[in-house]
Amino acid sequence: MPFNAEQLNMELSLEQKFQEKIDRDERIEPRDWMPDSYRKTLVRQISQHAHSEIVGMLPEGNWISRAPSLKRKLGLMAKVQDEAGHGLYLYSAAETLGIERDTLIDQLHTGKAKYSSIFNYPTLTWADIGTIGWLVDGAAIMNQVPLCRCSYGPYARAMVRVCKEESFHQRQGFEILLSLCQGSPEQKAMAQDALNRWWWPSLMMFGPSDVDSPHTQQSMAWNIKRFSNDELRQRFVDMTVPQAELLGITVPDPELKFNEATSNYDFGEIDWDEFWQVVKGHGPCNKDRIAARVKAHEDGAWVREASMAYAEKQEQRKLNPIEVKTA
Amino acid sequence: MKKYLPLYEIFIRSKNGLHHKHVGSLHASDPQMAIMNARDVYTRRQEGISIWVIESKDITASNPTDSDAFYAPAEDKVYRHPTFYKLPDEVKYM
Ligand SMILES: [Fe+2]
Ligand SMILES: [Fe+2]
Repeated sequence: MPFNAEQLNMELSLEQKFQEKIDRDERIEPRDWMPDSYRKTLVRQISQHAHSEIVGMLPEGNWISRAPSLKRKLGLMAKVQDEAGHGLYLYSAAETLGIERDTLIDQLHTGKAKYSSIFNYPTLTWADIGTIGWLVDGAAIMNQVPLCRCSYGPYARAMVRVCKEESFHQRQGFEILLSLCQGSPEQKAMAQDALNRWWWPSLMMFGPSDVDSPHTQQSMAWNIKRFSNDELRQRFVDMTVPQAELLGITVPDPELKFNEATSNYDFGEIDWDEFWQVVKGHGPCNKDRIAARVKAHEDGAWVREASMAYAEKQEQRKLNPIEVKTA
Repeated sequence: MKKYLPLYEIFIRSKNGLHHKHVGSLHASDPQMAIMNARDVYTRRQEGISIWVIESKDITASNPTDSDAFYAPAEDKVYRHPTFYKLPDEVKYM
């Protein structure tokens, strides 16, 4: 396209109008004009979010066949099914930005797209299932509630549906832990062990600290993000520590202490080396998770192909009803 | 073959007396499958009693960039609103 000053001016005024709309807290809808960088940021964020929901089914799916009772099994199955739904709402929102499902799935399978690092940790005992519901879904809720007011309409609407469903996830998890903590000493020890392993990775779910999060400012100017990573992390700690006390288990952080002056809990330094290692693919389960997703997708290929063949045949029959009679 | 299932837009009536409302989209091989998938994806908690599906490519939409001009004819027609007509306060129930 030939470049000229007029075009540049038009682009600038579009961008200005766009930002004014954002500043009035209006929503952007799929066919509205938006800067390329806004679109790219959203595709990245929404698809990462979708992948996290889908990969997030794996650690919990691992325990469905070993749930300790029918009640727990039903609850866990319903939760895992919800996560599949969340993934689908989000893929659907990402697709409104003009990217195809095939491409999104490819990006996950080839490692080009990321998903939440928390799902690269193994679920070793039943107490992990309780802890995931409590902490991982708890952290997800903390992140997702402000996203219900995100400037991009389809993303915000998907988040409203997701948030409605999350609260049951967290409650079923907490109830699992409550039962274990009120059970035998071995059961309580199991809950403590799970908290020891999941606490720090849960704090990492909020992403790098604000000083190392270069995109935060722009995302906040676009009303995609409403609070910074550190703000949300702090709220999560403040909300969760009293819940751990209620369970009677100890948060594995010797520096954790209530600060009278700020009314917040001060907490120790996160091991950012570990965080970046897992992000880069060197967590305990990164390879297993992707291998499981690729296998599921490939094993399901014949179903997609058969259903398309069936649909095409039905279509043909509609077009040529006589041929069918003579056949 | 790199052909994903086509995209369908999903509309759900939450109860009789209300309109069908757009809730999102999903992929399916045909409309029947889209309805079944929509039941599983969008009505897991009794959110609906009726589902409409339509292939996304069959939807024609107005152009948002022209919307100022497109909706302008309604802008200066204040006389379409009841408050345009001035009546004395004594007139009740109108
Ligand atoms: Fe979820
Ligand atoms: Fe969840």
